[in-house]
Amino acid sequence: MEKFRIFTAVFALSLTALAMLLLTQLIISSLPVMETFGFRFVIESVWDPVKEVFGALPFIYGTLVTSFIALLIAVPLSIGAAVFLTQYISPKLSYVLSFLIEIIAAIPSVVIGLWGIFVLIPFIREEVGPFLIEYLGFIPVFQGPVYGPSILTGALILTIMIVPIITSMTKDAINTVPILQREGMIALGATRWEVITKVTLPYARPGIIGGVMLGLGRAIGETMAITMVIGNAPEIPASLLAPGDTLASVIANQFSEATSALHESALIELGLILFIITIVINICARLILRREVARG
Amino acid sequence: MTSLGVRRIKGYLMLILVAVAFIIIMIPLISMLYMIIKEGIGILSWEFLTALPKPPGEAGGGIGNAIQGSLMMVALASMISIPISIFAAMYISEYGGKLSTITEFIAEVLSGTPSIIAGIFIYTLIVLRIGFSALAGALALSVLMIPTVTIASYESLKAVPRSIREAAIALGVPKWRASLFVILRSAMVGIGTGVILGVARIFGETAPLLFTALGNMYWNEGLLEPTAALPLLIYNYATSPYKSWQTQAWGAALVLLVIVLLLNIGVRIIARKR
Repeated sequence: MEKFRIFTAVFALSLTALAMLLLTQLIISSLPVMETFGFRFVIESVWDPVKEVFGALPFIYGTLVTSFIALLIAVPLSIGAAVFLTQYISPKLSYVLSFLIEIIAAIPSVVIGLWGIFVLIPFIREEVGPFLIEYLGFIPVFQGPVYGPSILTGALILTIMIVPIITSMTKDAINTVPILQREGMIALGATRWEVITKVTLPYARPGIIGGVMLGLGRAIGETMAITMVIGNAPEIPASLLAPGDTLASVIANQFSEATSALHESALIELGLILFIITIVINICARLILRREVARG
Repeated sequence: MTSLGVRRIKGYLMLILVAVAFIIIMIPLISMLYMIIKEGIGILSWEFLTALPKPPGEAGGGIGNAIQGSLMMVALASMISIPISIFAAMYISEYGGKLSTITEFIAEVLSGTPSIIAGIFIYTLIVLRIGFSALAGALALSVLMIPTVTIASYESLKAVPRSIREAAIALGVPKWRASLFVILRSAMVGIGTGVILGVARIFGETAPLLFTALGNMYWNEGLLEPTAALPLLIYNYATSPYKSWQTQAWGAALVLLVIVLLLNIGVRIIARKR
């Protein structure tokens, strides 16, 4: 074989090697906890480093709930914004406004977290929390007291961070809709809104779903900003206004002060779980998007 | 069928609704930029940018060592990642076959890796052997940079027109020369864009540095020493109870944001020139 091919193949292989090494390293380092707790690790809800009892459930719960709420808010906002940017305004204005949304994606996570600590947390503590308790307090998930740092605060930070990716993927999907499809509808006398809901969005749906999955992957793995606002309490709180923790945030918060080798190993196993969840979600997203490309 | 008037009104209401969605998205962005500028600009000075930090409570002090550490680790991570990524991307685009498919897939999967995973990976692999260091920090950043730059490079290489490849082959140029001097050159703008975006991203990464570079109150004195970094400093100061540190966190956030946004805007200008 040609030398240059072998030369570049070594670099191509290095990526696979990196992925394998990463996975092996995480598995080896979490072996002590796997041996001690086995499968119980995933269903145990107590996390007590002092007594050396380690359960992943509070963090799996925190990760899933914050990501789910974030999607619930971010998806309609993002689709709305994407429709606004592609259907209602001139391409030039759209270019400028889309750039503003991309700026959000470019802001480092830790800077968003800083804003979260000094702006979002007080806002939740003084405005949103009391409001929710007063008007929606009959729903158990909105019980007091309001601390500020909470599952809800974390979910809102994630919302801000995944809106750019979902908006941009939705815009891309909308732009692949053939103009003839839309013109046909207009010729039938449909209003612009009817064209959007009956032709454009249904046609773009697989691309939008792919974008939502990528957003979910990002939400689940997001670390710094959520660590700074979620309150870092390894519990399963009944209220969304109480502090919690996610897989990523507990690692960021506890790893450097791990009290024992077992504690460190337990945190690494949380990392392994996180890694596997995000890989599965990202693969699903890619498969959906790839099928979309094949179709378009 | 409802009357056209009703349908028109519904259309207008919906326009308002989607415009409101866009405005809601803008509120946090505007609030962030406003706060960072308002809280951060007052502290900016030559001393702040170049001096070492001071203990909480003492006036003055700066982020000089954090800027030094960030520049050092980002430069090192770029030196490691850029060649690996470009050559891997060349294999994917120029040779095809099973290894290409697998490499592309792996790059896509790795690009979604949560940044904290890169941190614990390098901790178990490197830090446990050589200790907290700038080198470990740079390696953790490379884990995040390699997949993104590989994908960006691969996509720009793929976009090089067939005619250019064929012209090179027709001249009888060996494949490696065609790849390096013709195809790579034509894809340079796209690859450069990907590299700059990759640099901008790792400049702001905190999680991979928490247990690799660790942070340091003093100047870095070598690749094997614990090192300060701008994002680490923002995290530590923001979560500290000291007012003077919190103010400095805003100042550091302003500096970091200016760097990251300049890189992002610079890329747009390059890409538009094409």
